[in-house]
Amino acid sequence: MLTKRIIPCLDIKDGRTVKGTNFIELRDAGDPVELAMRYCEEGADELVFLDITATTEKRKTLARLVREIATHINIPFTVGGGINTIEDVSILLENGADKISINTSAVKNPKLINELAKNFGSQCVVVAIDAKHIDNNWKVVTHGGRNATTLLTTDWTKEAIERGAGELLLTSMENDGTKAGFALEITKEVTNSVTVPVIASGGAGSMEHFADVFQQANADAALAASIFHFKEIAIPDLKRYLRNQNIAVRL
Amino acid sequence: MNIVIIKYNSGNIQSVQFALERIGINAIVTDNAEQITTADKVIFPGVGEASSAMSFLKDRKLDKLIVSLSQPVLGICLGMQLLCKHSEENNTDCLGIFENVAVRRFDATDANLKIPQIGWNNISNLHSPLFNHIPADSYCYYVHGYYAEKSLHTIATTDYGITYSAAIQKNNFYGVQFHPEKSATVGEQLLKNFLAI
Repeated sequence: MLTKRIIPCLDIKDGRTVKGTNFIELRDAGDPVELAMRYCEEGADELVFLDITATTEKRKTLARLVREIATHINIPFTVGGGINTIEDVSILLENGADKISINTSAVKNPKLINELAKNFGSQCVVVAIDAKHIDNNWKVVTHGGRNATTLLTTDWTKEAIERGAGELLLTSMENDGTKAGFALEITKEVTNSVTVPVIASGGAGSMEHFADVFQQANADAALAASIFHFKEIAIPDLKRYLRNQNIAVRL
Repeated sequence: MNIVIIKYNSGNIQSVQFALERIGINAIVTDNAEQITTADKVIFPGVGEASSAMSFLKDRKLDKLIVSLSQPVLGICLGMQLLCKHSEENNTDCLGIFENVAVRRFDATDANLKIPQIGWNNISNLHSPLFNHIPADSYCYYVHGYYAEKSLHTIATTDYGITYSAAIQKNNFYGVQFHPEKSATVGEQLLKNFLAI
C-alpha cells in the first residue's frame, strides 16, 4: 500500500540550516548534510531543501551542497528557492537533486512550469504554493508571503497541473510557524480537486496534527521543519503514532 | 568489476552513480558501444518519457546494442519499461526483450489514485536472487504513471489500484519499477544483489 510521507524541510542560508519565525530571527539549526543523514536514519521518506540565500554569488555554493547531499543520502530530495530558468534546474539535477520546487517564479512566469516539465519530466517538477486567507478567500501569495496576488489558490493549483506540475507543495501562511496544526480546510479542498499528490505544509506542532492532515484533509505527504530540527517530535515516534491511528506509513 | 551505466537522455543517471558510490562501487556512465558490451554488469536507469527515450536510443543505435547484451542487465523505472514490448505512453514500441509484456497507464478514472504514484509502496511475492536478504513487503520508492502488467516474467508485485510488476526477469535481463538508488537500505541491498549475480 502506498504510504503517507513525512518530509523534513531544511531551510538553507549560506550553506547552513536555519529556521526562523515568519522569516525573521533566523536560528542556526546545524550542518545540512549531517541533519539530512540523521533524518534518513530516522526514517524520513523524503527531504526538501529550500535555499533562502539572497545573492547569486552565494547561490553557486548550492550546487556543491546538493552534490554533497546526493552522495550521502539514500532517499529522494527536492531542492527549491530562487529557481528561474531551465539552466538553474539542469545544474541542480546534474548534481543529484531528484526534484525541484518553484514558487514565486512560477506565478510570475507560468510558462516555466511547461518548460521544466517538457525538459525534465513532470515527475521532478514540484510547484510550491503559499496560500493566505484574505477576504474570505484563499489567495496565492509570493516572495515568501510578502506579496499578495489576486490568484485564487484552487485556480492556480489547477493551472499548475495543466501546465505539467507533478506534485504540489501547499503551505498555509496563516498556519506556518504557529504550531497550531495544518490548514485542513484549504488542504482538503486542493487534495480533493487535483489528481497529483499534495504535500501539506505549515503549522505542524503535534503528532495529532499529522494524523489530522492525512485523515481529514487527505494529504499525501506532510512537511515540517523546526519541530524536527529541534527534536520536539522524533520521526520514529511520529510514524509509530500514525500507524497506531491506522495511517499507512513506512516503518 | 566493471559496471557501466548506460548514458542517454534520461533524468536520474547521476543518482544511480551516487548510489553505487555509497556502496563502494565506481561505475562508468557511457554510451560507448565497446564499453557497454564488455562490461560485467550493465545498468539501464531512467526517468522521463518513453517515445523520446526510444528515438534517442535508436538514433545512437543503442536499441540494438541493449537487446544484444548477454551479461546481467538491470533496467530501472523507465529503463525497465523500455525493455518491454510496448508502452501506452505516447503509443511507443519499446525494445521487446519482454516480448509479451505491455506497459499501461494507471487508471485515471479511479478517483482514489493520484497519478503519478509518488512515494513508498511495498513489494510482495518476491522470487529472485535480486531480493536476497530483502524481507517480503519491504518498502521501495516509486515515481511513475505507467506500469508493466503482471506476466510469467514477474518476480515481485506491488498494488496501486491494480496489482502490477514491481520487478521482472527474463534470462540475463532484470527490471525494477521502483528506484533502488533512492530506496534507502532496501535499495542498496538490491543493488548489491544485482552486482552479485
